[in-house]
Amino acid sequence: MTVRKNQAALSAEEKRAFTSALLELKRTGTYDRFVTTHNGFIMADTDSGDRVGHRSPSFLPWHRRFLLEFEAELQKVDPKVSLPYWDWSADRTTRSSLWAADFLGGTGRARDGQVLDGPFASANGKWAINVRVDGRAYLRRALGAGVAELPTKAEVDAVLNMPVYDMAPWNSSSNGFRNHLEGWRGANLHNRVHVWVGGQMGTGVSPNDPVFWMHHAFVDKLWAEWQARNPKSAYLPAAGTTNVVDLHDTMRPWNDVTPADMLDHRKFYTFDTEPVPAAASQR
Amino acid sequence: MNMITRRQALGTTAGALTVLGIAGATAHAAATDSRASLPTGTVDEVYQGRRIQITPGGGGHHGGHHGGGHDGLPTVRIDGSELHVMRNADGTWISVVNHYETFADPTSLARAAVRELQGAVLAPFAPMGGTA
Repeated sequence: MTVRKNQAALSAEEKRAFTSALLELKRTGTYDRFVTTHNGFIMADTDSGDRVGHRSPSFLPWHRRFLLEFEAELQKVDPKVSLPYWDWSADRTTRSSLWAADFLGGTGRARDGQVLDGPFASANGKWAINVRVDGRAYLRRALGAGVAELPTKAEVDAVLNMPVYDMAPWNSSSNGFRNHLEGWRGANLHNRVHVWVGGQMGTGVSPNDPVFWMHHAFVDKLWAEWQARNPKSAYLPAAGTTNVVDLHDTMRPWNDVTPADMLDHRKFYTFDTEPVPAAASQR
Repeated sequence: MNMITRRQALGTTAGALTVLGIAGATAHAAATDSRASLPTGTVDEVYQGRRIQITPGGGGHHGGHHGGGHDGLPTVRIDGSELHVMRNADGTWISVVNHYETFADPTSLARAAVRELQGAVLAPFAPMGGTA
C-alpha cells in the first residue's frame, strides 16, 4: 500500500527517488500530458457553465483522481515512490528544506523569475516548459512575492470545522468547506498557495512546477481530515444538478469514475499520519 | 522575498503612468475623430511598454473558442495576442496567467498579466501541446 509522507520527513534517498522519477516522466513526455489536461480543465471550468476540475464540488475528487493517475505513472518508473505532501501551514518560509537544491530548488531570480538551482533549473536541460501560456520555456517562481503569507494552522482549522461540504450555487461564490478550501471565498487556502509560489504555479499550467503535486497532496489530505472531523457530512450535491458532478455522476476526462468512488482515500493509499475520526460512526 | 522586484515594478509603474498620460491624450483625440462609435469600456493603452487592448464582448460569438457559455466576455489583447480571461460569479476576473488571484475589472487583470509576463509574449490562445 502506498504511504504518502510529509515532504519535510523524507530521507535524502526518498527525495532523490522522487525527483528522478519526475525527470523521467518529463523525458518521456508523460509529464506534459498532465499539464495539458489540467490547463484544459482550468480554461473550460466556468461558474455558469459545465465545471468539473475547479470551482465546483468535484474539485476535490477530481484532483484526487488526477493525483492517483500521476502517482501511478511515477510508480511505473520507481515502485518505491509515492507523492509527498507539503503542509504549507507548517513549512511556510522560503528557507524550508522543500526549496533546497537537493529537492525542488528555490525561488526565481528577480530579473526574469528563473529558478537557478535544483533538479528543475533550466540550465540542467531536463525541465523544459513545453505546455505554456507565454514564450518562456524555463521554470519560474517568486516565492512570497504575489502574497506575503501562506495560510496559518488557525485558518486551516477554521475551514476544517465547516460542517457542510458544499452549497448551491456550487461554484466560486459558494459557502461551505469545499469553496473555502479551494479559496475563492474566505481566508483563501488552496488558491493563495498557488499565488504565493508564483511563476507557472500562478497560471493555468501550474503542474509545470513539481510542487503542484505536493500542494495538492496536502489539499487532498485536508479533505480526509475534514471527513474525519465531520463524519456525518457527505459529498454534495447528491443528484440532479445542472452543470455539476453529483455524487454518482462520472467525471471527465476519465468518464468511469465518480465522486463516490473517491471518497475513501484508504482504498488507494494512507498517510504517514492518518486523520483520527472525531466520532465512532462510519462515514 | 523579491522585494527588489516589487520596488522595481513600482518604479516602472510610475514611469508608465507618465507614458499613459500621453497615450491617453492620443487615444482621446482619436476617439473624438473616428472612434467615437466604439462602445464604452474599450481600453487601448500602453502599460509598462505593452499595448493593452480591451474590447467589450457582444451578445454573440467572440472568436468561437472555448465553449464556456460565456458569450459577452470582453476580448483582452496584449501586444495583439489574446489573453484568456474568465469572469467569476461575484463579478471579479481571472486570466490564464493569473489564474488563482481575482481582479476587480479587465484592465486591472490585463495590467497584472503585463507585470507577470515581464516582457514575454503570450502563447497562441490554445495551450501549446495540443488538445491531448
